Amino acid sequence: MSEPILSVRQAIKTYGDFRALDAVNLDIREGEFLTLLGPSGSGKSTLLSAIAGFTALDSGVVHAKGDDITRLPPEKRGLAMVFQGYALFPTMSVAENVGYPLRVRKWSKAAIRERVTECLDLVQMGQFADRMPQQLSGGQQQRIALARALSFKPDVLLLDEPLSALDKQLRADLQWELKALHERLGVTFIYVTHDQDEALSMSDRIVILKDGAIQQEGAPNELYDWPRTRFVANFLGKSNCIEARMTGRDGDHLIAEAAGHRFAVHAGTGVAETGKGCLALRPERIRLGLPGDEPFTGRVKQISYLGERCQVLVDHDVLGEVLVSQPTWHSGVRPEPRMDVSFGWDAKACVALVDA
Amino acid sequence: MPRMNEKLRYWMLVLPALAVMIFFYIWPVLNIWGISVTEPATGLGNYTKMFDSNAVRVSFMLTFRIAAITTVVCLLLGYILAYTISNFATKARPLMLGLVLLPFWVSVLIRSFAWIVLLGRSGLVNDALMDTGLIATPIRFMHNETGVLIAMVHVMLPFAVLPMLTNMRGIPGSYMKAARGLGASEWRAFRDVYFPQTLPGVFSGGLLVFVLSLGFYITPALLGGGRVMMISEYITYQIQEFLNWGLGAALSVALLVATAIILFVAGRFVNLRKTFLERN
Repeated sequence: MSEPILSVRQAIKTYGDFRALDAVNLDIREGEFLTLLGPSGSGKSTLLSAIAGFTALDSGVVHAKGDDITRLPPEKRGLAMVFQGYALFPTMSVAENVGYPLRVRKWSKAAIRERVTECLDLVQMGQFADRMPQQLSGGQQQRIALARALSFKPDVLLLDEPLSALDKQLRADLQWELKALHERLGVTFIYVTHDQDEALSMSDRIVILKDGAIQQEGAPNELYDWPRTRFVANFLGKSNCIEARMTGRDGDHLIAEAAGHRFAVHAGTGVAETGKGCLALRPERIRLGLPGDEPFTGRVKQISYLGERCQVLVDHDVLGEVLVSQPTWHSGVRPEPRMDVSFGWDAKACVALVDA
Repeated sequence: MPRMNEKLRYWMLVLPALAVMIFFYIWPVLNIWGISVTEPATGLGNYTKMFDSNAVRVSFMLTFRIAAITTVVCLLLGYILAYTISNFATKARPLMLGLVLLPFWVSVLIRSFAWIVLLGRSGLVNDALMDTGLIATPIRFMHNETGVLIAMVHVMLPFAVLPMLTNMRGIPGSYMKAARGLGASEWRAFRDVYFPQTLPGVFSGGLLVFVLSLGFYITPALLGGGRVMMISEYITYQIQEFLNWGLGAALSVALLVATAIILFVAGRFVNLRKTFLERN
């Protein structure tokens, strides 16, 4: 693999007793869309801020293409950043905002004008060049902030929860646009968010942080299909956690036993092969049937209708409450409250977790 | 009980203060205007005398010069102070704010006398300078423009700091960060992004200090010792010493008109309502 465009080694940052970053190691590949995902206080923003140069690390280093940039001020790092509140300069017009990075880089007036037009067209805001930022809507301001950050052709774009202030529909639209922009420009994106849907829909790779440490990293589907810890299983989508006993290995999967049934489960590295264990099972990977159809039997406790999907809470004597999610438009069993149903899943739909 | 008419309630609430204002302020001011055209003889005699008088012209020019210098110095010092308080002091902020406000609780008279103790011929400053051998004879800090300016700046500084501070505290730190993230040095980011946003505060503070300085009396009178005759003191002299009510009244009308013109012109650039009413 080629050299990472940015790398962070053993990054530590504390605020008093609070460990914002706890020995974080991270490589960012050229051209990728990397998302730092985590709840508030997980250290994701601190990590981004340390990469950008706004936060000084207690220890650890940041490299850009092999050069140590740990002590460089933000303006010397050549990274572009889009802030949560957009931070468009209120005393400058849209065009002046977008041209600002070029002005400080002493581009000629003609070159600036040309590049500003190009960038505004890129985000479909060409006709707003002479407006003041305050006259624009949130979504428009977001586009301008993006154009401004991209105007000086940076290699890396840092985005700090750029969509969090927008309403849901607009957010979804801008997610598509951001993704398209990333593919078109080939710029490396480092995106910070606490929104799992955003992370799943846009990223090439997601890094999940908790308490200042990386919990797991991988492609969205990897993380979703094979979470390693209970935290990841629940933070990225919903999961049922099933207590089970591991009885040994069979080829590349483990055998688990729960409520009198034995079944194969997927297991990553570091999972104990015998003894008590915890399994993660996605609600949409559970099949519902009439009593006798599937191995486990329970009673429907509650149903929640969500339009395209329907969530069913099934009570099982041993496993406890199991959440099942099924499409509303299907030909199978239609559960009703207090109905007896059976449920089961395909081999390896379950994932054994590290923290039992 | 029937509800009182809204309008009546409004006037009932306003009336006491309004009555006091009319009786003790507006009525006397109108009287002053009257005196300026009736004493000693009816007509515009006082005004022609005023415009012809060299002493009056000198006093007005002095007043505007001192007010202008005070304003500039207050803005420079005040800007640095406000910038520090709003951007750097986190733990010390309440203390620093307290120190800015402290002079408001000490009478201007006492503060001016304090400066006399400091700046006098054998005041603390001169004594210290002579004892350390830096100077052989005392420097004249008082009874000249220097003394008046030093004390005026001290008295006016909070009026410059507060509007600028309010303004600066409304500017999020992310603007400077964004500018630096886009390649601007710290100085560049300040000059291009931060400073333009603080201009409304600078204008407000400047206007406040300038207008207050124009009519200032106690400090120039005490520190100037009769040698730095700003217009307020000049008016006092006309009335108290020479019993020249007519000219004194005409001068106060002139000062009032000059101040009104300045406010009117400034009002085209500064939000006056914000400057004088909405300070937190």
